[in-house]
Amino acid sequence: MGWLAILIPLVVFVVLGFVATLLFGWLIPALGGDLHSWYAALLKAAFILLGFVMPLAGVLTWMERRQSAMMQDRLGPNRANVGPVRAFGLMHFVADALKMLFKEDFVPANANKLLFALGPVMAIAPVLITFAVVPWGSGVCAGHLTDRLTDGQLAQCLDTGGGRFQVVHLEIGLLFYFAIASLAVYGATLAGWASYNKWSLLGGLRASSQMMSYEVTMGLAILGAFLVYGSLEPATIVQAQGDSILHWGVVTQPLGFVLFFTAAIAETKRTPFDIPEGESEVIGYFVEYSGMRFGMFYLAEFMEVIFTSAIVATVFFGGWQIPGLHADGFVAGQMPHWLVCTLQFVAWAVKVFVLCWFQLMIRWTMPRFRPDQLMRLGWKQLLPASLANILITAGVVLALMPGAK
Amino acid sequence: MSELIFAYQDSGEEMTLNMGPQHPSTHGVIRFIIKTDGEIMHEAVPDVGYLHRAIEGIAEKCSYEGFMPYTDRVDYVCAMTANHAWAAAVEKLADAKVPERGEYLRVISDELNRISSHTVALGAMAMDIGATTPFMYILREREYVNDLLEMLCGARLTYNYHRVGGVGWDMPTGWRDKVLSWLDHFEPIIDEFDRLICRNELFIKRLANLAAVPAAEAISFGLVGPNLRASGVDFDCRRDVPYSVYPKLQFNVPVGRGEMGAVGDSWDRYYVRLEEWKESVKILRQALDQIQATEPDFYTRPKKLKPKGDAMARVESARGDMSVYVVGEGTTNPYRAHFRTGSFNAMKLIQAKSRGLMVADLVALIASLDIVAPEIDR
Repeated sequence: MGWLAILIPLVVFVVLGFVATLLFGWLIPALGGDLHSWYAALLKAAFILLGFVMPLAGVLTWMERRQSAMMQDRLGPNRANVGPVRAFGLMHFVADALKMLFKEDFVPANANKLLFALGPVMAIAPVLITFAVVPWGSGVCAGHLTDRLTDGQLAQCLDTGGGRFQVVHLEIGLLFYFAIASLAVYGATLAGWASYNKWSLLGGLRASSQMMSYEVTMGLAILGAFLVYGSLEPATIVQAQGDSILHWGVVTQPLGFVLFFTAAIAETKRTPFDIPEGESEVIGYFVEYSGMRFGMFYLAEFMEVIFTSAIVATVFFGGWQIPGLHADGFVAGQMPHWLVCTLQFVAWAVKVFVLCWFQLMIRWTMPRFRPDQLMRLGWKQLLPASLANILITAGVVLALMPGAK
Repeated sequence: MSELIFAYQDSGEEMTLNMGPQHPSTHGVIRFIIKTDGEIMHEAVPDVGYLHRAIEGIAEKCSYEGFMPYTDRVDYVCAMTANHAWAAAVEKLADAKVPERGEYLRVISDELNRISSHTVALGAMAMDIGATTPFMYILREREYVNDLLEMLCGARLTYNYHRVGGVGWDMPTGWRDKVLSWLDHFEPIIDEFDRLICRNELFIKRLANLAAVPAAEAISFGLVGPNLRASGVDFDCRRDVPYSVYPKLQFNVPVGRGEMGAVGDSWDRYYVRLEEWKESVKILRQALDQIQATEPDFYTRPKKLKPKGDAMARVESARGDMSVYVVGEGTTNPYRAHFRTGSFNAMKLIQAKSRGLMVADLVALIASLDIVAPEIDR
């Protein structure tokens, strides 16, 4: 049955990619819509969040338990079903969501009601917003779905009237991501403080110190990639990784990849960096939350996992690029535009999915750090290493690129 | 305890944290009152007694034989040795004889239970450090032990297997082969577990040099069992206070060597238990071999059990020297019974060692001492 675990996501991704291509390449232009308009951006956000991120986050809650069960020689949740359809218990995440919606929404007597309510929102909102800069395909050129476009034609089309598969095309792209993602720390800290519980306060403080420390490394680790690709715009970075696998960030920036991935996992607050949660120590900043408020923290955690995967795939694994695939296929004039668009979306989704799987593997393999060890790792090991990475990268870039001076 | 709470004055520097009685990693209903400055603890005061069920008092209301099921509850993770301790004490008091086969069955059941108790100790410890996978891996082995003990005595947790004068039942047909084949399966698992977690960089970082107890301090605190041996004190009741058929069996006593840090640190306490698995396997193989040569008789019920005087028996339980002191007055019930258990003394150590540790360390320290709540309070 193992092949189903590969086949089912693949089929879903193909369908999603095709839908996106049709929606932005044919339906909206056919209805007279403008792909550069605000409502097109809104539709793109709705598509990527409701079509990909939210369902995947839901499935990941089930996948984490099922995968950990496989690792630990258990069965895991496999019973939830809709009538006779069991699908390995995939419906567990629906059952979970229903349970959380109907559970009592308990607010501790002395909690600060406003901030207590704000905590989960502050945790989940930044993650949703950051998806705005993630490119999930090169983009679709309206009206040319069945044509065989060259790279140049596509680029020109995207600049003039086509729809990029990216909610906003921001020149400051990655900086925007850091700016918004750093807001997530407020969610955890507010939740910990507003609950009026010493344990959750400890968890909230742990979360704030940890997330602030690791943001530094995260920002510096990605600067290396910035130097290599000369842009902070994710779509441009992906474009630069196209020709071969040797141009991928993981090859040009191996140290940067390890540092960024480590720091990003720390940002998601999962084992081995789960000290804000630390279920055997401080139980976590959300100890007083129940029902859907807790569900939002839970969902936010998994969306952070997806986002981490998405940004790592974008910067270090060539995003939607398939090595050798141009806008008209592997050889000139081989594939129509719609097929290339679909393939690129599938490539992106598969990369994200595999990186999610990898993060779950890490989650269930490692023990937890102690807070002081975590800080030491962050400030005394990762930070100097990321600075060294920048210096070395800058030196190499300066030596290899005459124009860089 | 109340003085401690009410004498507390808010200096503005310290926070008083209540860890327990309901906390996932206090291993039962134990409460710690922690004074912390952020993450760093100034003091952790253990508050015992939440699980006190007056088991020693119940002993005075029961007959000598009728008390046996209660001894299971003294230490439910390693109930067999508590059975053994009570039976041995009463036998000493009443001067009762135990058939040789009964003694072998006791040793076999003790060692099987020691293995399963250590699986809980090590698995729960890994879980408290944050690694859930080793827990699942090793608890799978505990299920096999439980299956074997269920075949032997019908119970999986509270066995009530030993009797004054022997054991309740002989081993069923084919049981010996089942144990032997399980041992063949379990021995490689010890190394697998070692590779899985014990040499993990993060795991060592968390445990090495944490709350190291030097030998002299361990003795002065009255630590027993693996906790004592981890501090480098080479003492094991099975070898040094010989009882049952242990003198006929060859085994080593693993002691802490300070492989990863100071002698007697939490990693040593952890690793000594892992090495004890290997010794238990060795003992089991010999005992299962030697039991074949014994007479079929496994239980001689004492005719009249109204002893007078006092007696004490020492048994090496999974948590160390479990001593039972029993006083008889010539009636059917004991006049007084007392259990001396390892966890209670270990609690005192926590208070002494807690200063300057972090909250996360306290969890590791509690787990490394392998504390079982009912054994503290009885």
